[in-house]
Amino acid sequence: MSVSEKELVHIADLSSLELKKEEIQDYLENFQEIIDFSNVINNAPVEDLDITIGINESKNRFRKDEVKEFEDTDALLFNGQGIQQNMYKLPKVVQ
Amino acid sequence: MNITDLTVHELQEKLKNKELTVTEITEAYCNRIEEKEKDIDSFNTTYLDEARNQAKEIQEKINNGEIIGDYAGIPIGIKDNICVKGTRTTCSSKMLENFIAPYSATVAEKLNAENIITLGKTNMDEFAMGTSTENSAFKITKNPWDLTRVPGGSSGGSAAAVAANLVPWALGSDTGGSIRQPASLCGIVGLKPTYGLVSRYGLIAYASSLDQIGVLTKDVRDSAKLLTLIAGKDEKDSTSEDKGNINYEDCLKNDVKGLKIALPKEFFGEGLDKEVKDKLYEAAEIYKKLGAEVEEISVDIEKYVLATYYIIADAEASSNLGRFDGIRYGHRTNEYSNIEEIFKKSRSEGFGDEVKRRIIFGTYVLSSGYYDAYYKKAQKLRTYISNEFNKAFEKYDIILMPTSPTTAFKIGEKSGDPMQLYLADIDTVSVNVAGLPGISIPCGVDSKGLPVGMQLIGNKFQEETILNAAYTFEQEYKFREKYKPQAINKSKILI
Repeated sequence: MSVSEKELVHIADLSSLELKKEEIQDYLENFQEIIDFSNVINNAPVEDLDITIGINESKNRFRKDEVKEFEDTDALLFNGQGIQQNMYKLPKVVQ
Repeated sequence: MNITDLTVHELQEKLKNKELTVTEITEAYCNRIEEKEKDIDSFNTTYLDEARNQAKEIQEKINNGEIIGDYAGIPIGIKDNICVKGTRTTCSSKMLENFIAPYSATVAEKLNAENIITLGKTNMDEFAMGTSTENSAFKITKNPWDLTRVPGGSSGGSAAAVAANLVPWALGSDTGGSIRQPASLCGIVGLKPTYGLVSRYGLIAYASSLDQIGVLTKDVRDSAKLLTLIAGKDEKDSTSEDKGNINYEDCLKNDVKGLKIALPKEFFGEGLDKEVKDKLYEAAEIYKKLGAEVEEISVDIEKYVLATYYIIADAEASSNLGRFDGIRYGHRTNEYSNIEEIFKKSRSEGFGDEVKRRIIFGTYVLSSGYYDAYYKKAQKLRTYISNEFNKAFEKYDIILMPTSPTTAFKIGEKSGDPMQLYLADIDTVSVNVAGLPGISIPCGVDSKGLPVGMQLIGNKFQEETILNAAYTFEQEYKFREKYKPQAINKSKILI
């Protein structure tokens, strides 16, 4: 499979990343190389196998859905910017 | 006596016999860091003043009989992707350059409960993505055996700090070899436990189904000790397992008679440096001499393991790293007019090239049209790889193979070529894909005087088997008595 520049930029956009014009060619070459390398799995004898879901057991471990208060809210908020009244200030989303 | 040359169990012995005090030990390590860190660049942050103060407090408590514990006052280095409350935890990324952890990882809590002193947070490849520690946004760590060479990665800072005697032991994380490969390149012991044996709570996630916290130490006994301290079920990590309270030191019997060891021939073929191969075969002969049964086998996974690993790891990374949006923590761009721009510009400015490359590839293999061809197929291959290992473990106790296809390479030698760096993981990734335990121990040096690592892989939760096998080899071979990293002791920058 060959990846086009347009496709690369689209995938980057889906990843919330923007690539500078001067970076695109390098990314494209590396990306193509990684895909070519990964294509080795096309010939793998796995048709009859199940996918691995859990490493040690394939089931969910449930716990009670209880609200617990984090012990140090100030320490949590310390890493954010533009905090007001324990909330994160953001640009308008709905105009 | 050179305090920083000692292993943790030797330090403990001297503390017990009152030949040393906690303050003397901490002072020796702080002095060593102040003298040598500039040559190695193994730490992102050090806490030397805090460590000295903590040591004094602990020593006073010991003198007053208030602290009774085998580990009180033993120093440690912690990889910079493991949260320690109140410390800068950067993942060696501009994204988290100023992030102060608001809570501690479970492993850090366990060390704290033992009054172990954290000397600093160690350098790594950004978000643990790399095999040389050259992907750090802040500095390139040097290999103490040759300062012009890489220490391996991604736990390169932890490995170099242990090898250079800047810490007696360290914590790392291993997603595709990130403990074992740098341990191999730095001539120390690196243990990646079975997936689920150690809680991942507080480890900043790269690929959650592959990540595992483990240990880097000077010898096997110290690995057994540190694993005993950090292992165990944790309610905060639903994938952690309850295996009871095992003291892993108890398994060190110095006896491998009757142990069945397999050498998978596919990992001894093309691409493996001849000197590394020779050392591994010599190690296999030593095991035979010690009474183990060694046979060559075929494990037909080698051609698929890297692609399987990178597809799964990058897919998980693309999801895990979605949390870095410049809002609640991490880098936020100064140039934005709407919320979309905050996300996109913050991420593009905060992440380095390799992290972006993996996020994009991970997004690609999860996207419509490619999911079945890549991600789903890789998850089937994961089953295939596990099955191949299971077959081997029906007959054998341990698999012996290289940790790294080469010894330490030159700084810059592969940094412009991502695929070359990915190939450095060829011998280690399958252990993570199958969730197995693996240990790397030194088994000699090559003609350049660089350490060669041997990897021992066990079945799930069979840490005791690989630790005893590693210990038995170590007692026979006596690597630490024969070889020491000379470059760091010459104290000059060679590049």
